[in-house]
This record gives sequence, structure tokens and C-alpha cells, in this order.
Amino acid sequence: MKRVLRIMKTFATVYYAYMVEYRAELLLWVLSGSLPIILMGVWTQAAQRSDFGLSPVEFARYFLAVFLVRQLTVVWVIWEFEREVLEGKLSFRLLQPIDPVWHHVFSHVSERLARIPFAILLIVLFFVLYPTAIFVPNIATIALFFLAAGLAFALNFLIQYTLAMVAFWTERASSLQEFWFLFYLFLSGAIAPLVVFPQTVRTIALFTPFPYLINFPASILVGLPVNLIQGFLVMLAWCAGFFALNRWLWRRGLKQYSGMGA
Amino acid sequence: MSTIVVDHLSKIYPVAVKEAGFKGTLTHFFKRTYRQVKAVQDVSFQIESGEVVGFLGANGAGKTTALKMLTGLIHPTSGRVEVAGHIPFQRRSTFLSKVTLVMGQKQQLIWDLPALDSFKINGAVYGISDRALNHRVGELSEMLSLQGKLTQPVRKLSLGERMKAELLAALLHEPNVLFLDEPTLGLDVNAQVAVREFLREYNQRYGATVLLTSHYMADITALCKRVLMIHQGQLIYDGSLDRLVDRFSPCREVKVEFARPYSAHELSVYGDLQDVEKQSARFLVQQEGLTGAIAKILADLQVVDLTVSDPPIEEVIGQLFQAGTVAG
Repeated sequence: MKRVLRIMKTFATVYYAYMVEYRAELLLWVLSGSLPIILMGVWTQAAQRSDFGLSPVEFARYFLAVFLVRQLTVVWVIWEFEREVLEGKLSFRLLQPIDPVWHHVFSHVSERLARIPFAILLIVLFFVLYPTAIFVPNIATIALFFLAAGLAFALNFLIQYTLAMVAFWTERASSLQEFWFLFYLFLSGAIAPLVVFPQTVRTIALFTPFPYLINFPASILVGLPVNLIQGFLVMLAWCAGFFALNRWLWRRGLKQYSGMGA
Repeated sequence: MSTIVVDHLSKIYPVAVKEAGFKGTLTHFFKRTYRQVKAVQDVSFQIESGEVVGFLGANGAGKTTALKMLTGLIHPTSGRVEVAGHIPFQRRSTFLSKVTLVMGQKQQLIWDLPALDSFKINGAVYGISDRALNHRVGELSEMLSLQGKLTQPVRKLSLGERMKAELLAALLHEPNVLFLDEPTLGLDVNAQVAVREFLREYNQRYGATVLLTSHYMADITALCKRVLMIHQGQLIYDGSLDRLVDRFSPCREVKVEFARPYSAHELSVYGDLQDVEKQSARFLVQQEGLTGAIAKILADLQVVDLTVSDPPIEEVIGQLFQAGTVAG
């Protein structure tokens, strides 16, 4: 246990140092995640003209929450993993007595810590520009939101890391991610909150993991109706499913690994 | 006790074949054909604890594939490998803590951070206490004369310094089996000598077993008494370096200086005449007839000076790689 804590602490501090090495890049990454802010403009305008079930201020708050969820759950492990497999860099990781996934987990977590100050700055700036949207959720809501966002990050990571396993068999695993991203964009609630979707689409979406990645935590934060218990249970189930699939593919993939270029 | 046991080891890869040109690309896209590449075929050897063994072979001979199987990175198609009492591919942490792999063309250090940060990660992963870690970093950086270089980002180091830092990272957990794949690749002569000296010292100090591949014969001659030679995936020689030269280079070079000029015709009876220049000549003489030939030269001709030498080892090995048909 002491060893695990030490590993966690060391990984977190070293990867944090790595992430803040290039500050300008970090700011650009935060800004590149500002698609929700643009969509917010579109939807608040649209909501002023016709009724979508949400008021313009509710739309503004929802997309601000989407922005925050994206900042907390963004995952890029598939590109890193694919490169490691193709360049044979995975070899070094495999030679260490620790599962290589921890390097990725900690680089993601540390990046989050490095990114948050910039994200908060953007949110403050937004409230200055749009004061009617200011809202203060209660402590319980905030706690639930971070729990849901944390779980959404875990699920997002597990899904992408599972897709990444395909890199053992083909050189272009990341193209799978591009394909997956289409569904993610549409069904997760990134483009529009799930409540404005037609009933059938909404029902279908709830059978997929996508709405739990953005719509669920964002709705919790801004107080849109969600089934809390069912939502958390479904997320846990998806996590367990992808975890099992991931480990199975990992074991099979290692037999396939040839340590290319190394 | 044998630290490394390799028994009838083979690895076969499927490799997609693509013909050049647009038609080739289309065929490659719709119907892919594969060729089975036998990277390593039925290789067996044992290495004792504390031995330093050179692993020779031309590019693509199968050295790196064999090293990858020995370190457990890839799964053998058939045969058995045992390193330090473990099956490498199971990657048990007791095994991983005992071995290391250094690849001259690959790096494990984090490029944008000082090497010291990467060492901290390794320290935590291998469960080395902070005190022991500082001690080892101090000791190894002194042996490698790297003091003062470890706090600057790895990308700012010279190639030689980076390679030394890579070695340091690879040896922090005091492994007793070292697999080194071209550890001196691209280094200048001074850095090569430094790395070589360090490896020798490390082997003596810790009694580590070392398996080393290198294209620089100087690395092999300086460090290894025993060599394994692999050609097209097969082990063609396993024995001492001296015997390799004796066995596969049956000729010696004899240079003679005379008191007066002789014609090429007069000299040709004494051996395989390579060149004649005024009052000197160079012969290649078969090992077994060497003493007879020298005695005859000394008796018949007016000799001022005579030297006998081995042809350079690079030439011998180069000829062997080209021939490739040597029986072990």
C-alpha cells in the first residue's frame, strides 16, 4: 500500500511537471475545447425564437456545464498508445513491473490539474460577459457532479483505451476513434441537451454509453431532470463491461505484439 | 548455474507483401498476401551467471527478435526460454526487477523533463527507497561522469550524454541480467570507450550477466570472451572470440622486407602473393603451413624484416556474414 501511494505521488508530480512544461500549448488545448461555448450562442439565440423546452438561460448554463465536463473528461490515450505500439516504445513500459496503463492514467489526471486553472478563468470570464446565467449549485449537487464527471472520465478512458487495443492488430487504431467520435458527438449531449431530442432517439441513446459521458453529469450540475440511481448504475455497468473487454484484448494483444522498430 | 537457457527457440512473423505501383496498392488493399518470415529458427544456447557474451549478426539476422523473446516482450512461436529462473513472457515482477534492456536507437527517458524526473519514476516503480535511489544515482552518474547533467531537460543533452543517462535509468534497479542492443550506436569514439569501460566495470562490480549486440567490433573485442553468431535466424557459431578468428580466418598475413629486389615470379612460390613493392612484399599464408613458409622465406631469400599478423576482425566477420554457410 505504501508503495502504491509512493508510485501515485511520484507519477502525479512528474507528469504534472511534464504537463506544465508547455504552458501556451495547455491554454490552446483549453480553448480548443470551447465548441460548447459556440453552440451555446447558437442555442440561446434559437431558444429566444421558439420553444425547445429550455429557456435561453438554461441553455447557457447547460453548455457551460458541458464545457466543464469536457475539460474534466477529455481523453487522448488512443493516440499515445497507438504511437507507443507502432514505434515500439511500449517495450520499455512492458519491461517495468507495473501495468503500462498507469502512465496514461496519471498523465491524464495531472493534465486535468494543470488545465483546471485555465478553465476556471474562462468560466469567470463568461459570467462577467453574461451575468444573468450566474448560478450557484448547492454542495450536494456539486459533490454529485464531480462524482458523475469522475465516473464519466473513467468510462471515457476505458472505452478509448479498449479501442486502442486494436493497435495490436492494425496500424491505424485511431481511425476507429474518429468513427466512434461521430456517435459520441451526436448522442452524448455535446451538440444539444438530450431533453430536446425526439423521444425515440432519447430512448435509444440511453441504451448506449454516450449520454452518460456528457449529458448526465452536465444535467446534474444545472438541475435538469435525470434518474440519478439508474444513471450511476448504468455507468458502473458500462465501466465493468469495457474493463473486462479491455483486459481480454490486452492479454491477446500482447501475444500479437512484435515491438516494431525496436 | 545458467542464467539464460534457450532451447530450440523459434519466431515466425507474418509480413504483408506489397508490390510497387498503383496496381500493387490496389491488390494490397483488397487482398492482402502474407509471407511467413522465420526471424529466429531453432536456436539453443546457455549463458552462465556473470558472463559477457557478444551477439553477432548482420542487420536482419534475428538478433533483436531473439533479445525481445529473452526479455519477454514478444511471445516465441515455439521453444523454451528461461532467464534468471523465469519464463520471460509471463512478465512476473520478480523477473522484471532482475533484467534490463537498453536499446541504442530507442529511449525511455521523458524527452521534455530532466533525466532525474524519469529516474524518480523508475525508483517508485521498482520500489527503490529515496535514500537508495539517491545513492545509486550518485554512484552511477560518477561512473558515467554525468554529474551536473541530470537536472537539464533530456532534449538538451548531447547524444552521448543521453545514451549514458539511458544506461543509468536502465540500471537503477540493479538488474543482474543486462540485454544491450547496440548501446554505442551513433556515439563518437570517446563516448563509445566511456560506455564500454562503464559496462566492464558494472559487470565486475555487480557480477551481472550481459548479452550485447553491436556493430562496432571494438565493443565486442573489448568486452566479450564468448560470442554467438546468428545468420538468417540460425545460430551458426557459439564459442570464444579467438577461436572464431582462428577457425574462420585460416590465413595469416606475412609482410617481408628484403635486402634486394625480387621479381613477382621469384616470390610467388612462397605463398599467395598480394602485392610487391620494390624491396617488400605481402603474402597470405595458410595457418597450417605458416611456419614452413616462413622458414623457407628466411632460408632462401635475403630478409631484412618479417612480420606476421591477423587480418582485421571486421574483415573476418564481414566475410562470414557474406558466406553465411559456416557450420557451428
